Amino acid sequence: MSAHDHSSLAAARPDFAAIAAWIPQGASVLDLGCGDGSLLRYLNDTRKVRGYGVEIDDLNIVACIQNGVNVIQGDLESGLSGFESDAFDFVILSQTLQATRHTEALVQEMLRVGREGIVSFPNFGYWRNRLHVLRGNMPVSRDLPYQWYDTPNVHLCTLHDFEDFCAEYRVHILERRVMTGDSEVHLLPNLLGGMAVYRFQRAM
Amino acid sequence: MPNSPHSVGVVSAQRAQFDTPLLFKSGAELPRYELVYETYGTLNRDKSNAILVCHALSGHHHVAGYYADDPNNVGWWDTMIGPGKPIDTSKFFVIGVNNLGGCHGSTGPSSTNPETGKPYGASFPVVTVEDWVESQARLADLLGIRQFAAVMGGSLGGMQAMQWSLSHPERVRHVLAIATAPRLTAENIAFNDVARNAILTDPDFHGGNFYGHGVVPTRGLRLARMLGHITYLSDDAMADKFGRGLRSGKYGYSYDIEFEIESYLRHQGDKFAAHFDANTYLLMTKALDYFDPAHEHGDDLNKAFAAARANFLVLSFTTDWRFSPERSRAIVKALLHNRLNVSYGEITSTHGHDSFLMQHTHYHEVMHAYLDRIAREFSA
Repeated sequence: MSAHDHSSLAAARPDFAAIAAWIPQGASVLDLGCGDGSLLRYLNDTRKVRGYGVEIDDLNIVACIQNGVNVIQGDLESGLSGFESDAFDFVILSQTLQATRHTEALVQEMLRVGREGIVSFPNFGYWRNRLHVLRGNMPVSRDLPYQWYDTPNVHLCTLHDFEDFCAEYRVHILERRVMTGDSEVHLLPNLLGGMAVYRFQRAM
Repeated sequence: MPNSPHSVGVVSAQRAQFDTPLLFKSGAELPRYELVYETYGTLNRDKSNAILVCHALSGHHHVAGYYADDPNNVGWWDTMIGPGKPIDTSKFFVIGVNNLGGCHGSTGPSSTNPETGKPYGASFPVVTVEDWVESQARLADLLGIRQFAAVMGGSLGGMQAMQWSLSHPERVRHVLAIATAPRLTAENIAFNDVARNAILTDPDFHGGNFYGHGVVPTRGLRLARMLGHITYLSDDAMADKFGRGLRSGKYGYSYDIEFEIESYLRHQGDKFAAHFDANTYLLMTKALDYFDPAHEHGDDLNKAFAAARANFLVLSFTTDWRFSPERSRAIVKALLHNRLNVSYGEITSTHGHDSFLMQHTHYHEVMHAYLDRIAREFSA
């Protein structure tokens, strides 16, 4: 992949660059719900990671193989029993958290299998989303591209919700980056941030 | 399809003679032997594009294409191999070999033992997956192939592909292990034993030396194949294809063939018994039963795969209960433990264990994508 491809990919998925920034060269990475393998390919090329994806969809399995990344077909909802404890430096859940049914169990599994977890998700508390709801409709946007009736997102949350969740389930947040498009948000993140990326570990 | 631009076209078998004794895992020794094989495509200049296809229980070296004098005799994996097919013979040099102990031309129980002038029969050594890999490695030496781009196979063929990565880690870049298992379960061995008993107890078997008696243990072979065949299909596939269909539309209250499934199985049994050697069937099922790389490592599959260096594609089929997806996932777990590159696909198919032989769009897309990736490595 050329440098140009990388920059366009990073522009299309600003969370990729944010995630990559936390991952040292040569780290081992498990990407849950890895889609067509774009993130893993990006991490392979820019960080030389030892990476594997987990994906359920047949077409994405083919796409991952075409992208030259390792992919294990499986259903995240049935857990990560195919993976040994502490097998990875990082377990990533990129833009998938909100679409998982057994979210709490999955986050615990991430921290069993990996030393650290990374999640990215669209912030439902983003002001544009709130405006949609105030106007009386579910939000539809670049980060939330679905209609209410065809969305895979069953567990949408705000930054506050996720942080409360982490406190309740003994998940220790190490770092957070909040973005709107590709620019970072520091002021009133739960209101002005379109998307968030968290890095976390088991609370001691 | 013969004449299709995607067929490798007319093929012919070749023979290789080996005069260096082969020591079997059992301790037995074969002073000399022949292997019959076919090749498709062209070996490139640095001999880096070779693929070895290992066959399953009843398979052989005729993997793709057809014979000039027998155009209906199409190779058993012709859907997978040819120009533009997943295993693209315009890129790869593909080898199919009849395993030692087989009955399609390689030295086996029905071959003449040069020392006695009679068929080996029961005296042919019990052969293991490891022994096959050694014999295949010698064929590779003969063809000047130091390292295979890939070794692959389904079922028992998948076991050979895995064994290649353990016996000769430096000689195989990719292993494609399809519809296979790290070892058979007790239930699986039980099926094999019933099949063997059908043959061993056939009065025409004569302790394996039936050749001299001018008979073939056809009844035993038929039963063995009928039983095996049931386990290669799925309940759903059988229900779809036959249901409770009756040949004459009504019950006859007799032991004649009444249900369609009975007719089908007996036909399959007859067809098989007419050309397959009973001793080869026994050997192949024993090779399946003995395969267990973890055994010598304290039953720890993780340790067994510590020697492997290859990249792996592991595929299973959802309705395969003889070599279930769970068994493939055990392989994947051991590969992950050893930090090897591995991709795993669980193909949704209704055809049970036999799925690996079938034309199936998604299965073929996965294979195609993976083989394209392999081809990029040596063309780059």
